Amino acid sequence: MSKISEFLDLWGDQIIEAILQTFQMTSIALLISILIGLPLAAFLVLTRQGARLENKYVYGFLNTVINVIRSVPFIILLFFILPFTKFIVGTSIGVKGVIVPLVVYTAPYIARLMESALLEVDRGVLEAYEAMGIPTKKIIWNVLVRESRPAIVLGLTIATIGLIGATAMAGLVGAGGLGDLAYRFGHLRYEADVMYVTVFLLIVLVQGLQTAGNVIAARLRKD
Amino acid sequence: MIKLQNVSKTFVTKKGKVEALKNVSLEVKKGEIFGVIGYSGAGKSTLIRTVNLLEKPSEGTVSVNGTELTKLSPNKLSASRKKIGMIFQGFNLLKTATVYENISIPLRLSGLPKAEIDNRVKKYLSIVGIESKSDSYPSQLSGGQKQRVAIARAIAHEPEILLSDEATSALDPDTTEAILDLLLKINEELGITILLITHEMKVIQKICDRVAVMENGEVVENGSVLDVFTAPRHETTKRFVNSIFHHQLPEALLTKLKETGSIVSLSFVDNTSGEPTLALVSKKFNVFPNILSGTITQLKDVPYGKLIVHLQGDDSEIDRAVEFLEQQHVLVEGVKRNDVKNKRIS
Repeated sequence: MSKISEFLDLWGDQIIEAILQTFQMTSIALLISILIGLPLAAFLVLTRQGARLENKYVYGFLNTVINVIRSVPFIILLFFILPFTKFIVGTSIGVKGVIVPLVVYTAPYIARLMESALLEVDRGVLEAYEAMGIPTKKIIWNVLVRESRPAIVLGLTIATIGLIGATAMAGLVGAGGLGDLAYRFGHLRYEADVMYVTVFLLIVLVQGLQTAGNVIAARLRKD
Repeated sequence: MIKLQNVSKTFVTKKGKVEALKNVSLEVKKGEIFGVIGYSGAGKSTLIRTVNLLEKPSEGTVSVNGTELTKLSPNKLSASRKKIGMIFQGFNLLKTATVYENISIPLRLSGLPKAEIDNRVKKYLSIVGIESKSDSYPSQLSGGQKQRVAIARAIAHEPEILLSDEATSALDPDTTEAILDLLLKINEELGITILLITHEMKVIQKICDRVAVMENGEVVENGSVLDVFTAPRHETTKRFVNSIFHHQLPEALLTKLKETGSIVSLSFVDNTSGEPTLALVSKKFNVFPNILSGTITQLKDVPYGKLIVHLQGDDSEIDRAVEFLEQQHVLVEGVKRNDVKNKRIS
């Protein structure tokens, strides 16, 4: 028991701070990525071949851009877009500086996941709503997104877990977080306990997220 | 009410052009149930989808209630579509919404006030007879119940027209009957004009006033159900008519019987179905009729019967008998012996 309290005395504050930083980075980046990724997915679904707003140029362009960004590993992307990051938020370091690359990394990923979720919706249902004279904008939100909620939740769970993985590299630009803690103290300073504890916390976090995602998706699914 | 004029639709696919509709003209009158029948690939699905412009015609015009839909702006088209309900073979309900929501959501998206939505949902759920399923999800319902929800959703907009795209094709015979009864009730009690497409004769027989027969993207025959099916001219129409009669006679028997007389098919419409015409034939002429097969069915409310009869006797007597039958408004087919050989009596 004394060993645990000794450990907590020594590392407690830093671990809590790291957890908060990870939560902060993940939630802000996730939110912005959804705001970009979901409309992007809707565009992909609506402009693909045979869809109602079929447009091979728009579709081809979005498709290529997403593939290009998705080809670059996060650790390279982080440095590759430094000038862009600085242009957008005025700095390239700290939590603020890491949000931009996290979003650039996650939004296309979410777009892809949401695209496959939206494609699950039966086209006949969309057609039925079109036949009732309901405008496309309302159909997207009230039918397309509504019907694919279970798949969207599962997709977002996957995206969030991927995002947490990416935040581990945020330490490289001084944004902190659990990954950074494990790397700097656990690895560089041979504090094995810190390494074990952070890895354990990450496992708990990911398990919890996946379970929550599965439960919510199952509850939304009615068939 | 609905007027299609010279409508053509050509799909461009990788394998080339497909002409789904070729110069189709059709008029559906207010208050009637109009059926379009055809085998799969005849273009009937494309046809019904051009009425609310889910499929834009390559050529020709579509008018509903005097408004030319093909010329409307997207906004005005949306407004016109609200007056045209549609039901589908696959029901097309929201899986994640309850029965109540499936009907209320489209009404809400159309901008109806809340109280009115609640009234309408309840009213139309009771008309289609599934008030008790209000809180169920589509996955908990049978096919027939799902189609009832879809019908309620369509008529909750209080349209003037209901389009039915193979609405009973995925249902079993009993459920089909029940849904057809419901469509008939909607037509009679709410005065909604119905345009339906189907490949099932029983749908046309049971509820349609007028019918168009389609083949290869063209309307090959078109008129009142009684006229079209009691005197079919086109090969496809004849096949559909034959499908409601099950005259399967062994070939050997037919060959043998042809040696001693003629085999004819007699069609009786309306009152002639009930008269003892054949008995009169045997009394008046030196001919012995022998009924090989027979059915009496109905075209909406009118009885329609068909008998396959062997007339035994001399050629001259048979000719006189046939003449007499025709005077009695019985449609006689297959009189000439050579003709019978070529005719498929099935």
